[in-house]
Amino acid sequence: MFDTNNPLLIAGAQFLGIFLAFNAVLVLTAYLSLVERRVLAVMQGRLGPNRVGWFGLLQPLADGIKFIFKEDIAPDKATKFIYILAPFIAIISALMTLIVYPFGPVVTLPFSETFFGAPVTFPMTVARMDVALLYVLAVTSVGVYAIALAGWSSNSKYSLMGGLRSAAQMISYELSLGLSLIGVILMSGTLDLFSIAEQQGGWFGMKWNIFFQPLGFFVYLISAIAETNRVPFDLPEAETELVAGFHTEYSAMKFALFFIAEYVNMTTVSMLAATLFLGGFQGPFVAEFPILGPFYFVAKVFFFLFLYIWLRGTLPRFRFDQLMNFGWKFLLPVALLNIILTATIAVFFYSR
Amino acid sequence: MSLFNDIVNSTKAIIKGMSVTFSQIPKQKWTVQYPEEPVTVQPRYRGQHLLHVDELGREKCVACFLCAAACPSDCIYIVATDDPRPAEERIGVDERYASVYNIDYGRCIFCGYCVEACPKDAITHGYNFELSVYSRADLLKTKDDLLITKQKQSPNYRVAFSDEDVDSEYKVV
Repeated sequence: MFDTNNPLLIAGAQFLGIFLAFNAVLVLTAYLSLVERRVLAVMQGRLGPNRVGWFGLLQPLADGIKFIFKEDIAPDKATKFIYILAPFIAIISALMTLIVYPFGPVVTLPFSETFFGAPVTFPMTVARMDVALLYVLAVTSVGVYAIALAGWSSNSKYSLMGGLRSAAQMISYELSLGLSLIGVILMSGTLDLFSIAEQQGGWFGMKWNIFFQPLGFFVYLISAIAETNRVPFDLPEAETELVAGFHTEYSAMKFALFFIAEYVNMTTVSMLAATLFLGGFQGPFVAEFPILGPFYFVAKVFFFLFLYIWLRGTLPRFRFDQLMNFGWKFLLPVALLNIILTATIAVFFYSR
Repeated sequence: MSLFNDIVNSTKAIIKGMSVTFSQIPKQKWTVQYPEEPVTVQPRYRGQHLLHVDELGREKCVACFLCAAACPSDCIYIVATDDPRPAEERIGVDERYASVYNIDYGRCIFCGYCVEACPKDAITHGYNFELSVYSRADLLKTKDDLLITKQKQSPNYRVAFSDEDVDSEYKVV
């Protein structure tokens, strides 16, 4: 009936996948902002926003409407082109990585045999690349430009300070972030995120990399929090010192783009952590019922997102010298130690 | 092994802090859902003033100007008038009464000196606290707003039974 190798059909399926993934993540991030405010409030003995809709469920919508209708002010002496370009870089670099994460195992399309003549099987990821992990690291690094350019082009002292701080911070922690992933790459022998997730399916779906790479996991977790500029590493936007850091001069939808980019970054970093260290979609009974995979994956991502909010409710901010000391003198050596340990064990005991 | 001790100690500290914040989640919250739930005010709360009347409904104020003199922000305006009618028909308890008694809430600082100065206990602080208006002129309250027989009491407050009865008292802290 239909030719499943028709390039138009494949392109349509890809487009549908991208559409679904982007919208799911954007809705998730909108509600993540609500969840963050509610959870933080609850941890501080307050109730949080609960007036718009049922339990505040329409709050993200109200925020969105407010962002759209606010006056879009640009400072008089800002470098206009870069000032407008920066939020777009932020949001694009945040959203671009979404396509490589495996949301679920290889599934067979239901009733596909009657429609297409042969069962259609596909992995639940938008684009399966051989260099997916490298792609993720490359694209998320571009996000530094957004913050540095936003801080510089605003022509404001606070913005410049925030941009400088974040450039230094993100470059420093990018190192230990990258190095902490090498242990996983050494173990699995591939950069393909889908294969890495598939390899963790042993032990009744519990053969997760975190049991072999605890050191790498903690270095990754800390560096990831620093990479996304979250508490306790939120020096670029330290509101007590720098008003709002690099986005002091941004208003309306341009500010919203930075805001969404931060939350999308949180989500993607959590997705990467879940895929690399917590087995991605793997879990008990996934081999028998592949449809459980996405639920396990989402549950793991939610765990990391809750951890982010929980940390924000608990920890105070680093001082800048403490931040640099911690990154260069502690995380980097630990990440290197992890690589050496993993490589040694891989050479002597690990044969595939 | 000071580095090792540092790592262990800071990890312990972080875990302790995280457990503190997590243990707050199921506890009762301090927030008062204001328009739906009444706010608890103490008996001595200084809200909008009340001009009192005696058991026959006559105003207690004798227009002695002591409150206006005591007022640090000069917000009380009184016009004293003589009322020569017999005692039962008079507006006030005495021959002399305040035909105009205005308090400008744009200036009032709710210090309570007028209440302390009053020899007749004619003026006290009430509990009404919702004094926001849309224009400055509306901040000037006349006798029609201040007399205890005419002032409308807000449903949004609840007077505490004792010193210990506060909004957060029955909530585990």
